[in-house]
Amino acid sequence: MRFTPHTAEDRRLMLQRIGAASVEELFAGIPADIRLDRSLDLPEPLSEPEAVRELGKFAAENIGTDRLACFAGAGAYDHYIPAIVDTIISRPEFYTAYTPYQAEVSQGTLQAIYEFQSLVCRLYGMEAANASMYDCASALAEATHMARDISRRAKVLLAGSVNPVHVEVVRTYAHGLNIPIEVVPLSGNRIDLEALNRMCTPDVAALIVQHPNFLGNLEPVRRASEIVHKAGALLVVSADPISLGALEPPGTYDADIAVGEGQPLGIPLSFGGPYLGIMSAKKKYIRNLPGRIVARTVDTEGKSGFVLAIQTREQHIRRERAGSNICTNQALCALATSVYLATMGRTGIAEVARQSMAKAHYLARGIAEVRGFETETSTPFFKEFVVRTPVPANRVVEAGIGHGILAGVALDRFNPEWKDRLLVAVTEKRTRIEMDAYCVFLKQEFAS
Amino acid sequence: MANIPNDLKYAKTHEWVRLEGDIATIGITDFAQGELSDIVYVEITALGKTIKRDDPLGTIEAVKAVSDLYSPVSGQVITANDTLKDSPATVNKDPYGEGWMAKIKVADPSELNGLLDATAYAELASRSAHH
Repeated sequence: MRFTPHTAEDRRLMLQRIGAASVEELFAGIPADIRLDRSLDLPEPLSEPEAVRELGKFAAENIGTDRLACFAGAGAYDHYIPAIVDTIISRPEFYTAYTPYQAEVSQGTLQAIYEFQSLVCRLYGMEAANASMYDCASALAEATHMARDISRRAKVLLAGSVNPVHVEVVRTYAHGLNIPIEVVPLSGNRIDLEALNRMCTPDVAALIVQHPNFLGNLEPVRRASEIVHKAGALLVVSADPISLGALEPPGTYDADIAVGEGQPLGIPLSFGGPYLGIMSAKKKYIRNLPGRIVARTVDTEGKSGFVLAIQTREQHIRRERAGSNICTNQALCALATSVYLATMGRTGIAEVARQSMAKAHYLARGIAEVRGFETETSTPFFKEFVVRTPVPANRVVEAGIGHGILAGVALDRFNPEWKDRLLVAVTEKRTRIEMDAYCVFLKQEFAS
Repeated sequence: MANIPNDLKYAKTHEWVRLEGDIATIGITDFAQGELSDIVYVEITALGKTIKRDDPLGTIEAVKAVSDLYSPVSGQVITANDTLKDSPATVNKDPYGEGWMAKIKVADPSELNGLLDATAYAELASRSAHH
């Protein structure tokens, strides 16, 4: 289908067909006294080079990861995006396509989504995945709703180490759905298992835990899974997909629902979005998954093809009884992720994870040697760690800009208890030179 | 012409009831399954609960629409027909036999006197028909 504007000839034929003399005539029913009788107060149109120059000036006010060595994470990461991702997703058939309304006519789109779902299942070790949500935050919120509906229990436990930005979204949904949320306290930057055990009462539907957690640390997920399941509740896990190149995936420790942020898999940082909500579950809960699900089947001639499956779950059939009102997915971002995963493969993902982890540990050791700085690395961490700073953390971030460094994310705005704490992330893109320069910057600015 | 067995009782919302002792078996009528067309999923949300007549029992998903299932009797919902999970189409094929949906332990069997008999339901069905 083409999306090109009408020509004058198109308009003439349409008017002729409906028996109208002009387009103006079609608005005859609107009273003259409420019609706008002047042009809109807009500036003159710009030529393409003028528009490019004007927009370029705005864009230049940003400083991107092309000019700063990025050590900021907290849910979105500067991982490398292979050139092939852009090449494939830039094809107009993918780039301009909207969510298909007669889905079975768009077999290519459905196949791409089916492959995405399959890759998610492999990566997360789960049995069923949907066509994607908008981002991890909303996927986590929907998982909360799912857990409540599946278990028929009232409240949800949330580890204090889940990304606070995601927690805000979970709380927004939970408020509207009347799901009480209780926060499980931390002990040493990880979930307190004794507290979890006490809090797993018979009215608890699920535990939401992030692994690796917001502060970069690994959570005791196997023990948490045992405690939660023994109490008859579900385990909802939020996992960074890159971490699954090194850590055992959620399926191996009996996660009932696993979600993640797909941005690290071939999607640019883009000042916060568009990102990609990864969502998967045990097969027995597939009817409770929100969103689109693509399935493969055979037609009446026995030929293989793709369809949207169990659509009767969705709101256009179930209406107010549906589990969610989402009726789309992030097709282009999901495609980017599929291209990234197919390009990198098992060994590629493992290598990205290994390098990110090794480099994060190298930098943590370097920072710990700078006078006045301490790293909270007594518990195992993956690619992020907390640094205690001798001055307010955002002063470190501001000072770093002049050195070509985005030093991290100051944590005090998420939690007043996290004063003078900087969250530092390291990906495979960071070089030894960049990391050594980071330590030199800290010494020069704050330790001499 | 839809099948309407004489030995059953019927609700205005197109459910049928068969009482054996104090156990009532409930399903939807042949007329109802014809109106809904292909059934894809049956969910008895009130399983285990004690409900009153006309309370929602669950939902029936067809390809085009979702329909509420209402209880024609009061009592405790003791069983749901699990075979419908794998073969929901049984409701279409055998609505009064293998396509039963739930069993309720009734508090007061005389409550069934307030339901329609086959003749009264046949009249209702012919008035409700869309085609």
